[in-house]
This record gives sequence, C-alpha cells and structure tokens, in this order.
Amino acid sequence: MAVYQHRYQPYEGALTSGWRRFLVVPRYAYEDLVKSRIFVAQLFASAICPLIFMLFIYTHHNANAITVLGLSAADLLRIDANFFHAFLAIQSALSFVLTVMIGPVLVSRDLSNNGLPLYLSRPFTRAEYIFGKMSVLGILMAWMTWIPGLLLFLFQCYLDGSGWWREYWWIALSILCGSLALTIILALLSMAISAWVKWRSAASGALIAVFLIPTPIGFAIENLFGTKLGHLLSLATALDSIRKWLFVTSPDGQGLLSVGEAWAVWAAYGLVALWMLSRKLRAWEVVS
Amino acid sequence: MVSEASLIEFDSLAVRLGRHEVLKGLNGSLGGRCIGLLGPNGAGKTTLIHTLLGFYRPTSGTARIFGLDIVRDVRAIRAAVGYMPERDAYIAEMNAVHFVRFMAELSGLPPEAAIERAHEALFYVGLGEERYRPIGSYSLGMRQMAKLAQAIVHGPRLLFLDEPTNGLDPIARRRMLDLIRNIRDTGRVQIILSSHLLRDVEECCDEIVILKGGRIVANCNLEEERRSNRQFIEMETRGATDIFAESIGALGCEVAVSGQQRIKAILPDGVGVRDIYRIADQQQVQIRRLNYKRDSLEDIFLKAMELDVV
Repeated sequence: MAVYQHRYQPYEGALTSGWRRFLVVPRYAYEDLVKSRIFVAQLFASAICPLIFMLFIYTHHNANAITVLGLSAADLLRIDANFFHAFLAIQSALSFVLTVMIGPVLVSRDLSNNGLPLYLSRPFTRAEYIFGKMSVLGILMAWMTWIPGLLLFLFQCYLDGSGWWREYWWIALSILCGSLALTIILALLSMAISAWVKWRSAASGALIAVFLIPTPIGFAIENLFGTKLGHLLSLATALDSIRKWLFVTSPDGQGLLSVGEAWAVWAAYGLVALWMLSRKLRAWEVVS
Repeated sequence: MVSEASLIEFDSLAVRLGRHEVLKGLNGSLGGRCIGLLGPNGAGKTTLIHTLLGFYRPTSGTARIFGLDIVRDVRAIRAAVGYMPERDAYIAEMNAVHFVRFMAELSGLPPEAAIERAHEALFYVGLGEERYRPIGSYSLGMRQMAKLAQAIVHGPRLLFLDEPTNGLDPIARRRMLDLIRNIRDTGRVQIILSSHLLRDVEECCDEIVILKGGRIVANCNLEEERRSNRQFIEMETRGATDIFAESIGALGCEVAVSGQQRIKAILPDGVGVRDIYRIADQQQVQIRRLNYKRDSLEDIFLKAMELDVV
C-alpha cells in the first residue's frame, strides 16, 4: 500500500507484544498532554516540594549548613513519619489538582464520537482500556507521590545510616500504600465522571464536588446531630484517615473515621466508580 | 490468497438484547470474497456484525470465523479483522494521521510501521492531502473514508463494512465502491458488506446473505445465481424473424416471438450463443441486441422477503 502505488496491501510485518500495546494508550495521551503549557508547568511545580523536603533532609545532616543558617538542632524538623506524612499530604493535594486537569477528558473524548468501538474491535479488551487509561494518571501520580517519596526516604537512609532504616523501614511501605490508595481511587473516579459527563468543565466541577463537598457536609451533620456518621460520605476524610493510619500519626478511632471505616468508604467509592464505568464503557449500548 | 472455504460458520447462533431476540438460531456457512449482508431495518445485520466482533455474547449457539470461536477466541478474531462502523466513530481532536496511526498501534503494529501504514492508508482512501486536519473538521464523506482507513491500516484478513456508503454523495459513493472492489480484488482480504442499498451490494459482492426477523432467509452465490439464468436470452432482430425463430427452435430451444422482431429463447445444454449467431448469419438476419436475462438482486431480495426460513 505504498503511497505512490495507491493499492491495498496487507500488513505482513511483525506485531508488538500485548504489554507494549497496552502502553500505547498512555503514550498517546502524554503526546497530547505535553502540548499543554499549564500541564507542563504543573508537572514542574510538583517537583518543587520534593526538592524543598530534600533540602530539609540535607540540612538536617549537615552541621556546616546548620551553623551557617544560625540554627540549633532543636530548630530542625524531625525526620520521622510525620515528616513523610506531611510530604505525601502536600503531593496528594497537587495530584488532585492534576487529576482535575486531565482526568475529565480521559474517556469522554472517546465516547463523545463513538470512538470506543474502534478500540474494542481490536485485540484490546475493556479491562485493558480501563487499565490503559488509568495508567495515564497512575504514571503521573507515581511521579508526584511515591517515586519522590521513596527517593527522599532513601536519601534520608543514606545520610542517617542503618539505625534510622531499622527503626523506620515501614515508612517506605506507608508511602507506597498511601500513594496507591490515592492513585487508584482518583483514577477510577475521574474516569467514571469523564464517562458520564462529556463536557470538560462540568466533569472537572463534578470531580471537585465529589471529592470536596462531602467533607463540610460531614462536619455539618456532626454539628447538627452529634454523630460522626456524616464523615462516611467524605472520600477526602477517608483518604486522610488512611494516611494518618499508615504513618501512625493518629491512633485508630481518634480521627474522624476509624481505619476500617476509612477503607470501607474508599472501597465503596471505588465500586461505584467501577459500576459507572462498566455501564458506560461498552462498544454499543443495549436498550432493553 | 485467502481461502474462501468456510470464512464464517454459524452454529445455531442466537442473540437476545434486553427482552428482544434479535438473532434466532442462525445456521450455515459463508465463504465468498465479498459477502453482502442484506435485510430490512431491524433484521439483525448490525447485531450480527457486533456479535461476530465479540461486542455481544450469544445467548445460545456460536459462530466461527476462520475456524476460531467468536466467544473463546475473540482476541485472535479481533486481531484478524478490520471494522468500519455504521455510525460516526472517531476521536475529534486527533488529526487523521495521528488517529489512524493510533488505531494501527492498538492493532499491534510497531510505531514505525504504524506511521508508514497510516500515511499509505490515508492516501489510498483519498485523504492524503487532508491527513493533517483534525477529523472533527472533516465532512461526512471524509469521515467515512477515515473510518475505512482505520479499518484497513493493519492489513486485516476480514473486513466488516457496516453501511459504508451511508450519507455519501454520488461521487463519494462511487469512490467508496471502487475502493471496496479494489480491496476485494487483491484477493488478500475477505469482506462482509452490510447495506440496505441493493445496488451497492450487487456491485461489490459475489455472495449474499439476506436476514429477515433475525433469521437467514436467503444465502446464495450471486455468480452462480447469474450463471443459472444465463441460458435465457432476449433478442431484437431485423430480417426474417419467424423463419429465424423456427430455426432456433429446431436446435431444441424453447422460443417465443413477441412483436415482430423480438425473440425470447431458453437454450438447452450444448447450445450456445455462437450457434444462434451462425444461424442468423446463414439466414441474413441481423441481431441488433442480445441480452442474457437474469434475476436482479432486487428479484432475489423480494423473493426472499416472501419466504420464511431457508
């Protein structure tokens, strides 16, 4: 089918493996995303916080720097679970902003002009489509959360020696689990909203509303009725409780939600998002 | 060259969508180079294509494409087919090259091959000069061509074309049919062409399947159907028509003379048109026109609509 021949020729070359094919979706998504200056700026901005935290760690271990800055050891932040908890909380907030920017178009642009049958008529399943689209956010959020978090952790281990590592090894797991909990739920939610709300601004608004509005409602219910049950509506509260549990910064049961309740809220939001996706992500709608 | 033997085999294939049974136990096999899928609206043409592509799961029975089961081997089937849907289907923000290349890569082509084939496919369908425009800005006819380009870019062995001439003006329609015939004539790909336009099917297909109410009511090879009617001829003559008709009758033909210069004849086995011309030459009769009378696709379709099940 060479251009000059204007003749149909079948393709007889090699085919890529299933894994490489799976990465086609995020690769094309990134090609589009990097054309947006706001996205690139946001991506660079997300690297500022890890650099600042790295400077904290460096300063903590550099006697000369402490002397030059005129600080005493008591003035310095302790490098412990609270330190990494704070880091992950900041990066999680930035990740949410990024999700609001790119999440709403992930699926809607395929659905708005019936593009989905073209994906699904190829050797590409619905599950692969969902994981492919999730990986667009997953890779970006990894870049913003657990990858810099673990690098900071390793940096601290390197500077402090093996004693610190033995005491705080579990922080690495907490960084990873906290990041994945955030990534999975944000990716699922933004895709579900993207599948149901085709207008980008409305989808962004819906994502913000779903994530943020239940929190004040929970507080309102607590103030009016004296029960904490209202916080079961809030995904943001649930994620905060999960992070606090992972980094052992608040004893279980003393936060707004217990760890069991927090994971239950997380799972409930995830299941609803999956149900919404399964309803919409079909090659063709069947009207019964 | 692809084998025409048993491209698709149906084994009591039934599909229910909601409360409505759309396909009701289809049986038989298809094996033409280009198979026309005909039927009135709601007959189940598109549902059949979607089921073969694995979009819908059969409620009972199954079908096989190239011997592969449509439920068990759906991935292998999808790797071997190209699909041009009836409705608009594209990603509006992408330009045509980007879109077709993307689809090629999803089908498993490496990026270098995908970009090369995307350009070639777009030139092939006549969108070469417009390939860097966003598809969302294309006219309906151009979008149809882009849909065809994405369906063939990965070089499938079987191509599903669902109403490919929908909404096209006569020139674009002609171009689309030329492309379909061109693809068919390479002999490297078989085509299932679903259409309610009999003329499109007649121009492109060598086999037809007619669906009615979710059942196959006709399945015939158009070429064979035409050949079976080949011995029936109509002539317009000048000269001694009656004597000429008698002479043809003497060859064993059934002859009817209508008007003074029109002869209809059914030729028996062993008698050909050459014999008719020989007698005309001997008797100095001019044959001004000679037509083979054959059933048109419309005749076949209308007959099928009167039937229940084949």
